[in-house]
Amino acid sequence: MSGGGANVVDVLGLYNYWIVILLMMIGFYIVIARPNLVKKIVGLFIFQTSVFILYISMAKVRGGTAPILVEGVHTYSNPLPHVLILTAIVVGVATTALALALVVRIEEAYGTANEDEIRAQEEDL
Amino acid sequence: MIAAHLPVLQVVIPLVAAPICVLLRRGRLAWGFTLVVSWVVLGAAILLLGRTLAEGTISYAIGNWAAPWGIEYRVDAVGAFVTFIVASIGALVVPFARASVRHEIPGDRISLFYTCYLLCLTGMLGIVVTGDAFNLFVFLEISSLSSYVLISLGKDRRALTAAFQYLVMGTIGATFILIGVGLLYMMTGTLNMADLAQRLPAVADTRTIRAALAFLTVGVSLKLALFPLHLWLPNAYTHAPSAVSAFLAATGTKVAIYVLLRFFFTVFGAAYSLGEMPLAEILMVLALTASLVASLVAVFQQDIKRMLAYSSVAQVGYIVLAISFASVTGLTAGIIHLFNHALMKGALFMAMGCIFLRLGSVHIRDMDGIGKVMPFTMAAFVIGGLSLIGVPLTAGFISKWYLVQATLEEGLWQIAVLILVGSLLTVAYIWRVVEVAYFRTPVRPAHEVKEAPVSMLVPTWILIAANIYFGVDVSLTFGVAQVAAESLLSFAG
Repeated sequence: MSGGGANVVDVLGLYNYWIVILLMMIGFYIVIARPNLVKKIVGLFIFQTSVFILYISMAKVRGGTAPILVEGVHTYSNPLPHVLILTAIVVGVATTALALALVVRIEEAYGTANEDEIRAQEEDL
Repeated sequence: MIAAHLPVLQVVIPLVAAPICVLLRRGRLAWGFTLVVSWVVLGAAILLLGRTLAEGTISYAIGNWAAPWGIEYRVDAVGAFVTFIVASIGALVVPFARASVRHEIPGDRISLFYTCYLLCLTGMLGIVVTGDAFNLFVFLEISSLSSYVLISLGKDRRALTAAFQYLVMGTIGATFILIGVGLLYMMTGTLNMADLAQRLPAVADTRTIRAALAFLTVGVSLKLALFPLHLWLPNAYTHAPSAVSAFLAATGTKVAIYVLLRFFFTVFGAAYSLGEMPLAEILMVLALTASLVASLVAVFQQDIKRMLAYSSVAQVGYIVLAISFASVTGLTAGIIHLFNHALMKGALFMAMGCIFLRLGSVHIRDMDGIGKVMPFTMAAFVIGGLSLIGVPLTAGFISKWYLVQATLEEGLWQIAVLILVGSLLTVAYIWRVVEVAYFRTPVRPAHEVKEAPVSMLVPTWILIAANIYFGVDVSLTFGVAQVAAESLLSFAG
């Protein structure tokens, strides 16, 4: 998390962030590069999911357990980001559902869910 | 008693009303209900503005959970002012929407339209009153999701693709904001904005915080359609139902600008966000490009709603330019223009809604001689257009005046010249419409095309009257904006 000279161990030790960045870029690439609207939605959801992992992994405390009072346990993971991301997941599901509903309507109106074909149809008009 | 709950009422009233609106099912009933709710909200917003100006910042703990653990609603002068803007446009669009919506949306969907409208209002007001960074994200998504639906209800099938495009870009923007908030939480362990502002200076010089600021800036810029992240806006405003265009054009980007103000000034502090980081320069360049390029593009648009949409991108440019100076005069100018632009764009899009109702098109080729058959509508358009240009005695002049003043205060006379060039471009695109509307013979005889119904003309003219009133009497706008600007700059951490 600090700037400056990072060595190999540091870079590998932050593997959770590398996974986040990798997923985020995969999702982002699909959104940009795929003409199929359903695939775009899949990409968008992967993009959002990467942020869920960012929140979840940031709250993990090494050796910590779920924040339930049990004897002999003194280290807990931070529950707040987990709760926050529950909200964000709901928002993500709602967004995906709405996007899919829109694609159904687009398919009905244009007879295709392919961005290039839709654009071609609009240019004919 | 109830006065203590004013901040939360802004959110609770429309939020509770939305599901009731679904149950009403019948279009007219849903409309009447929405009308009552939106005016009650406006009443609450006026009370809130009055109280904030008299007593200063109001803090409200949701469910009595004390901040920073509970969610805090915090309304200061800026917040109360933007609440007032959103609520008043929200209240004026509903009477306008009745005839327009019946014309554009199938009968069985009308109650759902008003439900989404109320949800959108909830989201926008929530963004403004909340003092919690994560809560802000949730409200942002409430307002965004409902506005995607509202846009997709447009008559043209292109409304669907416009809504989809907006959904993709809006979600990317919101996710960026989520990342930014997450990074802030990671370094400070808090989500409360006031608390964040206190804890940030200690960790400000880290890569994480700089990344957080970058993510937040890009995410919010997507939402407020800052050039070159504005691509969703022209399609969305063009193909949305008329009432939705008027509502979103007047409030949507304004609320996003409010979010930008909140993060830059309250959370990070102007000294960090616009001083230590090179954001002031970046924003200034982008904003100036926006105001010139978008105005130029607007001149060549054939669809007048699309023309107004590009003009919105340009006007957002002016507001962001004013903010980038980070001076009291600059911020005052930005906040005044925020208000005035809501008035003029609301009125202009409403006038377009009247024309769409009667002609079924807002294409310039269909508008020959429309000034003779729809005199009240076009007169409203002309006055709104004059205000957009910045002619004296209109609200737009006041905005431009303070904007140029703020620019000269920084010693940047070249930018002041560019602002005036932008105004000239505005003259060009407004004049095209005026020429077609008044100096050509009507294609269709007057008895075929009637003037718009009174229920639509009255809200339009109320906004036009406001354009003139706030162009003459600036005590409210300037007074509030100055208090707001000073309170924003006092956060400088």
